[in-house]
Amino acid sequence: MAAGVAAWLPFARAAAIGWMPVANLPMPVAPTNKNKRQDELIILNVSGRRFQTWRNTLDRYPDTLLGSSEKEFFFNEETREYFFDRDPDSFRSILNFYRTGKLHYPRYECISAYDEELAFFGIIPEIISDCCYEEYKDRKRENTERLMDDLEDNKDNKPPNMTCRETMWRAFENPHTSTMALVFYYVTGFFIAISVITNVVETVPCGSMPNQRDIPCGERYTEAFFCMDTACVMIFTVEYLMRLFAAPSRYRFMRSVMSIIDVVAILPYYIGLVMTNNEDVSGAFVTLRVFRVFRIFKFSRHSQGLRILGYTLKSCASELGFLLFSLTMAIIIFATVMFYAEKGSSSSKFTSIPASFWYTIVTMTTLGYGDMVPKTIAGKIFGSICSLSGVLVIALPVPVIVSNFSRIYHQNQRADKRRAQKVQKARLARMRISKAGSSTAFLHSKRNGLNQSLELTGSLEEDQQLKKTTSLLESQHHHLLHCLEKTTNHEFVDERLYEQGYLQTALQNFPSQSPSLSSEEGVTGTCCSRRTKKNIQALNATHTHSHTHNLQELSALHIHCGEQQPLNTSRSSLNLMSDESGSLNCKSSGLVTTAIISIPTPPSNNSRANPDAPPPPNPDAPPRPNTGSDVVKISAL
Amino acid sequence: MLSHPIPSCIPYTHPLPDPFPTPSLFFSLLSPSSSLFFLSFSPIDSSDSDLELSTVRHQPEGLDQLQAQTKFTKKELQSLYRGFKNECPSGLVDEETFKTIYSQFFPQGDATTYAHFLFNAFDLDRNGSIRFEDFVIGLSVLLRGSVTEKLNWAFNLYDINKDGYITKEEMLLIMKSIYDMMGRYTYPSVRDEAPSEHVEKFFQKMDRNRDGVVTIEEFIDTCQKDENIMNSMQLFENVI
Repeated sequence: MAAGVAAWLPFARAAAIGWMPVANLPMPVAPTNKNKRQDELIILNVSGRRFQTWRNTLDRYPDTLLGSSEKEFFFNEETREYFFDRDPDSFRSILNFYRTGKLHYPRYECISAYDEELAFFGIIPEIISDCCYEEYKDRKRENTERLMDDLEDNKDNKPPNMTCRETMWRAFENPHTSTMALVFYYVTGFFIAISVITNVVETVPCGSMPNQRDIPCGERYTEAFFCMDTACVMIFTVEYLMRLFAAPSRYRFMRSVMSIIDVVAILPYYIGLVMTNNEDVSGAFVTLRVFRVFRIFKFSRHSQGLRILGYTLKSCASELGFLLFSLTMAIIIFATVMFYAEKGSSSSKFTSIPASFWYTIVTMTTLGYGDMVPKTIAGKIFGSICSLSGVLVIALPVPVIVSNFSRIYHQNQRADKRRAQKVQKARLARMRISKAGSSTAFLHSKRNGLNQSLELTGSLEEDQQLKKTTSLLESQHHHLLHCLEKTTNHEFVDERLYEQGYLQTALQNFPSQSPSLSSEEGVTGTCCSRRTKKNIQALNATHTHSHTHNLQELSALHIHCGEQQPLNTSRSSLNLMSDESGSLNCKSSGLVTTAIISIPTPPSNNSRANPDAPPPPNPDAPPRPNTGSDVVKISAL
Repeated sequence: MLSHPIPSCIPYTHPLPDPFPTPSLFFSLLSPSSSLFFLSFSPIDSSDSDLELSTVRHQPEGLDQLQAQTKFTKKELQSLYRGFKNECPSGLVDEETFKTIYSQFFPQGDATTYAHFLFNAFDLDRNGSIRFEDFVIGLSVLLRGSVTEKLNWAFNLYDINKDGYITKEEMLLIMKSIYDMMGRYTYPSVRDEAPSEHVEKFFQKMDRNRDGVVTIEEFIDTCQKDENIMNSMQLFENVI
């Protein structure tokens, strides 16, 4: 429980007297504080600086070093104080955590030093409170990036045993790693440029024969251009084949965008080689030549900016789609209107609605070629409305695209952000688990029957064993919840059990809202629902016995799932319950205490001596069933 | 006299915090950094109430006086106060804080209604906040008082309007709030009639003259004859 709340537990327990006159059942016995001692000050000597605090303050978080018996290892007999050879400055924030329940990250502190201190004192960093958590995560991320950069720099020193294939791939991906790679990089870039220029110049009319019209250079110097083209294509082919050979996953490489561009760039040439100069297919052949322009996209391997542009367009697909859609709508509307407006005019160019599309597009994008103009007054009015609205429709999505681009360009740590979000989700999940721990801890200890065995067995080893598993605070809290159960004659049950066992019976909608967060899928499945059905009859029967103080039967009521023999009302068989290791429930072991810090501890000890008095209900402690049961009503336990 | 040049107005990119949303909405359409506008719209009135709470503070009476009024020792009072002050540095617990604290002990259900009744039972002078004295006097009755005093306290809790009679409606409210604390996931699941049935049982037991209300005498009488209740009253003797 949080710091202050633990102090209010006595109050909550005292207030439970308000339930007593209302209850019809006897109350369970309270756990006594066997080593009841007055709260004392303890001295923590951290590298010479003495901190003092109450012992109870440290006991609030029994999962940490200072809260558990682990600190006895640091106890100095002569000076009667606990000595830690650590940094006293960092210790301040750690001690404040015990006092206030909030862990803060001091900004002047180095991140790795702080992490080490937390690890030493057994505190998980996820509970850093929200005011300091962002800062902590940022610093941590910077640190890991720096470490990774260092690693990569070291990686560039070529590891000795790389195969030829791996070397080639590395050379292709990072051209600056070796001189050969750099040469290759520039050569391919040069040839891409040459190829593109060739394609362009091919169509320029150069020189005219006196008896012929201007012919493009391509047709004049056919062989020269053909040789150029062949050379380029050969280089590209070789490059593609080499990449294909070097790629670690050929299938993935072939599916990647860059390789598709490569293929599309060189394919027309080969198709052209195969096809003869047939009149029929020459039309198609010419079309194919268009694809040669795709060679320009090969530059994107050489330019980071181009890649980002492509990535932006891909990521803004929805905005672009919206732009397109709204434009289409507007075009159709205005084209229709203009057509009907200009229908009256005699020599109107607006011959049909699709013909008006051209006018609308030209006007909306404010191009205004002037090849189609409205002549009627109505047409002119609607035409001006069209151009005004065009401005708006186009101006709207553009800033979004622009900001997207700049964001991606400046923050190319997008992948890291996603990683950080995953970590944030993991953090929240961990905190939820630890907060949910209080209610599940109660349910868990119910199954152990710890509430009873604390009192009735009474032998010393029992108590010592028990102290390891639950703190006094916890047992008192559980006793309180147990009293509430007795008052209302209902019991707390795991959410999952509840849903599975009672889906058949009509579920009453209970007024109180308990939002439930289940973090792990339960393995309970059919096992539990089968057993709970069996148990319902048996448990109903045992309810009638409940007014006697009987240890066995009290614990019998608690076991809903995970027992292998069906309950029947005979007392003897109630003792048989415990071999719960066969239950399918366990996904995670470990007792989660009510502290925020939930470090899974091994399940409570299995071998408990059977005293002669009424035997304890389960000699074997069950592994804890569903971790992710419920709720936390309100913040910070 | 030298007059300092008035600094130029806030630059255009950061318009004045505009309480009227309509013009800012218009501007925001044209500017890419539109999020600024919505953030600049700041509510002004909440700060007053914040000021109010933070200046109210309460210091308890002296330790000796409290020791005279209650049955706690000095050390117990000290440790109680430390816990109290930790959670409520201002020295006063208002109802919301009280509900929050109490709800943390019952994570599965909704403890706020019962906490409300508890708050009224502790807040003796009905001024909306519990001071340390109220807290400690209440605790003294609960933990160190005689059985009659405890029963009196419980009666006071159930009697919501403090008129000396517990009616069925009052009891039903209390019962519902107790069942609320159980939450949804119970075995057997709480039916809607469960609180009223419980109230009926209670009244059958307590209401001797069947007049529909339970008076303090009937209550104490019946409780003293009931063994279970007597035992449970002693349950929390050693809480502190």
